[in-house]
Amino acid sequence: MRKRSLVPILYIAFLMLPIYWLVAMSFKTTGEILSGFSLFPQTFTLENYRVIFTDPTWYWGYINSIIYVSLNMVISVSVALPAAYAFSRYRFLGDKQLFFWLLTNRMAPAAVFALPFFQLYSSIGLFDTHLAVALAHCLFNIPLAVWILEGFMGGVPKELDETAYVDGYSFPRFFVTIFLPTIKAGVGVAAFFCFMFSWVELLLAQTLTAVEAKPIAATMTRTASSAGYELGLLAAAGTLTIIPGAIVIYFVRNYIAKGFALGRV
Amino acid sequence: MRTENQRAWFFVLPVLLLVAFNALVPIITVVNYSVQETFGNNVFFWQGLDWFEQILRSDRFHAALGRQFLFTFLILIIEVPLGIVVALSMPRKGFWVPICLVTMALPMLIPWNVVGSMWNIFTLPNIGLLGYFMNDVLGINYDMTQQPFSAWVTIVVMDVWHWTSLVVLLSYAGLVSIPDAYYQAAKIDGASPWKVFRYIQLPKMKTVLTIAVLLRFMDSFNIYTEPFVLTGGGPGNSTTLLSIDLVKIALGQFDLGPAAAMSLIYFAITLLVSWLFYTLMTKDDAK
Repeated sequence: MRKRSLVPILYIAFLMLPIYWLVAMSFKTTGEILSGFSLFPQTFTLENYRVIFTDPTWYWGYINSIIYVSLNMVISVSVALPAAYAFSRYRFLGDKQLFFWLLTNRMAPAAVFALPFFQLYSSIGLFDTHLAVALAHCLFNIPLAVWILEGFMGGVPKELDETAYVDGYSFPRFFVTIFLPTIKAGVGVAAFFCFMFSWVELLLAQTLTAVEAKPIAATMTRTASSAGYELGLLAAAGTLTIIPGAIVIYFVRNYIAKGFALGRV
Repeated sequence: MRTENQRAWFFVLPVLLLVAFNALVPIITVVNYSVQETFGNNVFFWQGLDWFEQILRSDRFHAALGRQFLFTFLILIIEVPLGIVVALSMPRKGFWVPICLVTMALPMLIPWNVVGSMWNIFTLPNIGLLGYFMNDVLGINYDMTQQPFSAWVTIVVMDVWHWTSLVVLLSYAGLVSIPDAYYQAAKIDGASPWKVFRYIQLPKMKTVLTIAVLLRFMDSFNIYTEPFVLTGGGPGNSTTLLSIDLVKIALGQFDLGPAAAMSLIYFAITLLVSWLFYTLMTKDDAK
């Protein structure tokens, strides 16, 4: 048993090394980083974090990202719920083809869509809004949410629906008061994956925004290129982007592994 | 049994509209560009299939496609076995399970360009942890901005770092669904650990592994941000993968026609290979 636990320990150590380095750098001054190698910060400083929390162009990046990610999560999950229900309970003309077509959108390279998306969202006047990014991310998050939710719903016996109808429940009332609570783990997992893929995506988010809705990740790349190489600041901003993800994983830790496992391919 | 009900279409309608809005309009735009030539001012000339022919014959495309397949091949043969090994050796229950899951999932939730920047800082020669260790402790000359080989090793290791956990989480989900009775039966039969793996664990992990391989294939084939931030496709063109090359042509040179044709060829290859993987991996189930 002892020997066996060595593998996960080594693997986790490998995962943590670059993260440790990023966090360590965020407490150093750029001068110290460039002057030479040191495993721990020699002159511990919070200056990098102070800059981020006091400069609106920095902290608005975080707020923007959180706004469009939440918006996307709400849109994706709420439209995916009825669709997943239809796929798991009914057969209808073209259901298999439609399901496959939805999944193919996850295979499209984002680089292909960058320019057409820019033109599309500019022409309908949504360019540089949170809504534009939230809608664009639906392209890959809705198929994923449908896929995951369908898996969870497939595990709920159909008798539940029938009993509720016999008891005189209307469909909306059944769906909200009985069905949703039964699959709440699935809703959590779907929301988690929507959060994850919207939070980490940059290419489309950057293409669709300029000033008003600019995501934190884009603020970082632009700052890095314009103000020379402010490594300490970059590391602090990077460290802060890890925190929301870590919080979200903590809440769904018991369900993440099940998320895909229950879905059908 | 699912019942036949055409009104189910109403349930699917919102999804259909939203995804179609995002997928069809851009695809039509791309198709439009791919068969025309423009000199600006919104004046277009019919070009037919010339761009497709030009891309399919160009050495630059072949080179980028070759690099893309090499990259995807390398990360699949490293990540899938490594992920299975880690999942097999993880504890099944107890205090450490949530800690393992949370720390392992962490790299997947870091924005992709931060992953690139992080590895950039990590590998800087002499001042980054890995760069210092390689150059000053082991004495290996390592500088990924200068040496194509180092750049390749770095982007592959970065992807292994970033995404192996997906394979781990999925395999682990498959493993915990195996009832204890199976293991007890194997113990009574005196099955070796290899036999337990081959005849009990692997079959149970098959569905989730199919999903893992498909997702890793699609995402690694479409990878853009991380290698772009880390190496920018360099040194030279040595790490210019398909997406990076595509963005260079479309936004760098503003050659919309060839870029659009390349997009469609690219998309078609991704679809075709995903379908092949899917058919091969689910072949046995159909029997």
